[in-house]
Amino acid sequence: MGKIQKKGERGAANNYITRTQAVKKLQLTLPDFRKICILKGIYPHEPRKKRKLAKGSSAPKTFYYAKDIQYLAHEPMLEKFAETKIFVRKIKKALGREELDTVQRVRDQKPRYTLDHIVKERYPTFPDAVKDLDDALSLVFLFSTMPRQGRIQTGIINKCRVLAVEFMHYVVAARCIKKVFVSIKGFYIQAEIEGNDITWIMPHQFTTPPPTNIDFKVMLSFLELYTTLLGFVNFKLFSNLNLIYPPKALEEVFTEKSRVYFGDDIYRERLESLNIKLAEVPKDDDDDEIDEELLMGDETLETLAATRKEEGEFKALFKDCKFFLGREIPREIIVLIIRSLGGQVSWDSDSGVASTYDESDESITHHIVDRPSQSHQFLSRCYIQPQWVFDCVNQRKLLTVDEYVPGAILPPHLSPFVHEGAYVPPEQVELLSRDRKDDEDDEKKGESDKKELSAEDKKLALMAMPKKRKALYNKMVHSNKQKAKVVNKLKRKREEIDTSKGAKKQTTAK
Amino acid sequence: MLKRKVEDILGDDTTVGAPDGEDEVVEEFSLSEEEEMSEEEEDDVDFGDVVDRPGDYEDDECSSDEEEIRNRIGNIPMEWYDDYDHIGYDIHGGRVGKSSKQGDQLDKLLDRMDNPDFWRTVRNKVEGEEIVLKDDDVSLIDRLKSNKFPDLGYNPYEPWVDLFSQDKLDTPIVDTPEPKRRFIPSRHEHKKVMKLIRAIRNGWIKPRTDESENRKPSYYDLWSTGPDPNTKTHSNHIPAPKLPLPGNEESYNPPEEYLPTEEEKMAWENADEEDRKLLSKKYSCLRHVPAYPQLINEKFDRCLDLYLCPRKMKMKLNMNPEDLLPKLPKPKDLKPFPSAKAVKFSDHEGHVYSIDSNKSGEFLVSGGEDKIVRIWEASTGRVLSRYTLPDTITSVKWDKAQNIIAAAAGNTVYFINSGLGDKLVSDAAERTLSKDLKEHETCTWYPVTDGEEGLKMKITHHHGVTGITWHASGKYLAVTMRDSPNCAVLIHNLQKASSQKPFNKSKGQIQQVAFHPNKPFFFVLTQRYVRVYNLVKQAMVRKLVCGVKWASCMAVHPKGDNLIVGSYDKTLVWFDMDLSTKPYKSLQQHKKAVRDVCFHSRLPLYSSVSDDCSAIVTHGMVYDDLVKNPLIVPVKVLRAHKPCTKYGVLCNVFHPSLPWLFTGGSDGDIWLYV
Repeated sequence: MGKIQKKGERGAANNYITRTQAVKKLQLTLPDFRKICILKGIYPHEPRKKRKLAKGSSAPKTFYYAKDIQYLAHEPMLEKFAETKIFVRKIKKALGREELDTVQRVRDQKPRYTLDHIVKERYPTFPDAVKDLDDALSLVFLFSTMPRQGRIQTGIINKCRVLAVEFMHYVVAARCIKKVFVSIKGFYIQAEIEGNDITWIMPHQFTTPPPTNIDFKVMLSFLELYTTLLGFVNFKLFSNLNLIYPPKALEEVFTEKSRVYFGDDIYRERLESLNIKLAEVPKDDDDDEIDEELLMGDETLETLAATRKEEGEFKALFKDCKFFLGREIPREIIVLIIRSLGGQVSWDSDSGVASTYDESDESITHHIVDRPSQSHQFLSRCYIQPQWVFDCVNQRKLLTVDEYVPGAILPPHLSPFVHEGAYVPPEQVELLSRDRKDDEDDEKKGESDKKELSAEDKKLALMAMPKKRKALYNKMVHSNKQKAKVVNKLKRKREEIDTSKGAKKQTTAK
Repeated sequence: MLKRKVEDILGDDTTVGAPDGEDEVVEEFSLSEEEEMSEEEEDDVDFGDVVDRPGDYEDDECSSDEEEIRNRIGNIPMEWYDDYDHIGYDIHGGRVGKSSKQGDQLDKLLDRMDNPDFWRTVRNKVEGEEIVLKDDDVSLIDRLKSNKFPDLGYNPYEPWVDLFSQDKLDTPIVDTPEPKRRFIPSRHEHKKVMKLIRAIRNGWIKPRTDESENRKPSYYDLWSTGPDPNTKTHSNHIPAPKLPLPGNEESYNPPEEYLPTEEEKMAWENADEEDRKLLSKKYSCLRHVPAYPQLINEKFDRCLDLYLCPRKMKMKLNMNPEDLLPKLPKPKDLKPFPSAKAVKFSDHEGHVYSIDSNKSGEFLVSGGEDKIVRIWEASTGRVLSRYTLPDTITSVKWDKAQNIIAAAAGNTVYFINSGLGDKLVSDAAERTLSKDLKEHETCTWYPVTDGEEGLKMKITHHHGVTGITWHASGKYLAVTMRDSPNCAVLIHNLQKASSQKPFNKSKGQIQQVAFHPNKPFFFVLTQRYVRVYNLVKQAMVRKLVCGVKWASCMAVHPKGDNLIVGSYDKTLVWFDMDLSTKPYKSLQQHKKAVRDVCFHSRLPLYSSVSDDCSAIVTHGMVYDDLVKNPLIVPVKVLRAHKPCTKYGVLCNVFHPSLPWLFTGGSDGDIWLYV
């Protein structure tokens, strides 16, 4: 006979711990516990037999892995939390006694901490960090547009803004933009960084008052981690491109002295315009690009070369274009796109610093305006609406400008992120069919092998299925049906719209 | 004068420098003031006027107070006039407007662009005028910011003029006698110093460190060293799933079909705020797109999800649901099986509880709620004979060996010799059934003489009979009874006219019993288990766990190694007794309770009938090869009976040789499927 097992020494009872227990064990307050969980990336777990663990009560309870909490207990940040608690107590005491010099002295010894070690721990390698950049970028970009007179400290907003600008500079310098999408929520941008597709959202350039029903403490904890992470990532990205970090304009027109008195403002604004060339770290000349000649011969390498060439062409999409932006254009995003695809861009010098050429420049090829009529038009350039730029990027080629002239009714702006099984409007079908021509041949081969079961046979086969499998099958069929319902509804709507349009045309023709 | 100006300049933080700089300069002032204070403490005599230090700005402070302020309101805080359009009054008491030069943020911005001297222009709030700093002033600020002496010409190391030398002058400057405190060390000071010393020794006071020097660069190459093998990462961390990417519906200019109709808009407005999905909107140009205030709420929700949601790995099946269907042989390859309804036998009124066919399959016997046992011609549906019994007939069974029909009605089992078929066999049956009155402990055997012709014998029990089963040899008949815990099963021996009680105590409510076709085994079906007894050894051989809540019926495969059990919870369970005591397969084919199951005696078929008015014929092939598992393929769903009450089809039986199926239902019909 084996050793008698005692209750609560093995299994779920030992593996899970409730939140209250965890907070008690770590000797923290609940907000501190939340913060440490956010910083360390600890999340609750759902035990399999929750009722049993909760000793029969069905009240909602959060469970954590006991090992996770054990791991938290070794965190040096906990010490800092304790120090901060003491610091606050000392300040309060001194203030209460009106000992101002003590207050000053204690304040000088305010406990400070950095999150470097946590970032290193959570993302042991650089690719790990890059993979998890989506949320960080979205939050940093969001906070960079927050109102400065609001509840959030200006320092935090400025820091976010600086990091966001730095990151955009990297995107411009690395030319890694892939897809853009103008949504009613903001601009979605997808860039390929170190082989990972990173998507983030840039809000529209209006500051909205932050809502009151939100616990900003939580968001700020996340932001603390994300700003640290993004700073390190920016540093690494810049150094990978041999750029100086923090970014510096290549032509330092501002001498050190005048920079001081101009305030950092203008310098910062120039940097934020994204329209300057960045200074590089001086380096030796040895390009490690793949030798084109070596690639010839081998088939796989040839396809690789072809894709590389295509990539290169896409990265220089706006190479021969010279843009001029009207005042009403959201400048930052447009400049980001144009510059990261190799174009030149400028704007009226009255509307912002760092414009490189005038409106009257004859070599301008595209003038982006967002108003129905233009007072004075140059004949040497085409006037277009901003959507042209976005659609060009998503279709990876320069489109004709006919549909995008000012005042024209624009073609629909389609999402470059197509979901599997979602409804695809006819405009998009054409685009997709072009890309997928090659894949189709393979699919056809596969289809011929399959034999469709009749409805009755299917029913009978379903009977012979085990219960679990059958439930799964039914679920899948149900969800497919639901999806198809949405798709069909949109299809029907489209057909109705098309027929009504056709009828209108006919009547007008008569 | 100069100092005040500098303060004004520094006070206006929009024009000059970062806030840090300001702090430093102010500190500098306070320090120097302290210095001066201590100096004054040391020397009781003020030599401020005697020694003329060039550019000593401290001295100017007193004079600045006396300087005339040239404005309308005098030396009062300027912010008192912040809310008014005027500032002060003229000699007639009329309001004097604020100078238009002040301007707002926009003017400032424009000014910054146009005015080359903007950066060196400061505003004197008190006098309301713009002052362009001269180069001297700028250099003064420069020096102040870099913690230098404000005056360029100031020499801190001037030769010391020793006024109080040890040399006694003929005419002393001060002639008062030295006070005593000059010679005694101050206790108060001593105490203070000691306090500080103690604090420093104990580490309570630390020297102020210059942060700007000690601070590391905030960002550096964190990943230069590679992952640290010593840092523990917490076990099985699941990375958070990424947010789904936006589709066309989120576009600022979506295709028209995405735009909501009026009804959809209404539905959206009426919906709960949590259920609301994004409503598409179309803007004619990018200029018209407004801010999206809910974005921050969405990001907040994402943050909450990241730290509050339990995470779990879930395998997402990205496959066609059709691929999940088992690969089974096609039903048409498994013919023959009954596939169409052929003959309707309609004479019964009320439910048909039980049917059975004779050995050859020519005739069918049925009994039900109307208390009449009917014998039918199977191929035509003609009633050959009727036997009226005094009670509802729960079960009729036709013995294949001796051609005797047993029918259970109430407490009694009746035996009928129909006289159909072989004459020799029916004569033998006649002999078997001609028994005298015999009383047992549990039942009584009666000969029937006065009933209809063919009705030969009856056995009366103490309790209502629920089911009867013949042994394959025809010698034994097993009877199950309800409400009798210690006498639930009886086995009658027709040869010896004896009855025996195999179990003293029944374990659970017995649903059905069955004999093994060729071995002395006896199957007893209770609510959840099938118990297999060896009748010779009088011991339980096996206990099969059905895994259902309430089993209703069972059938033994003609070879005896396999068993199917139907249940009221819609499930049909197949046992392979060589394999395990657990079900080999559990099938949920019916939508309602399974009422009856039966095997075909020759063909690899079985059928199950249920309350959903359907009979499902299944191909159930059992191989002689022990390694090969039985093949189970549902081949046909037969529907003929009409739903009448909550019951559907109640009984079924296969033709002994042909692929025909008979089913009796609650609507009073019997159907033949061929």
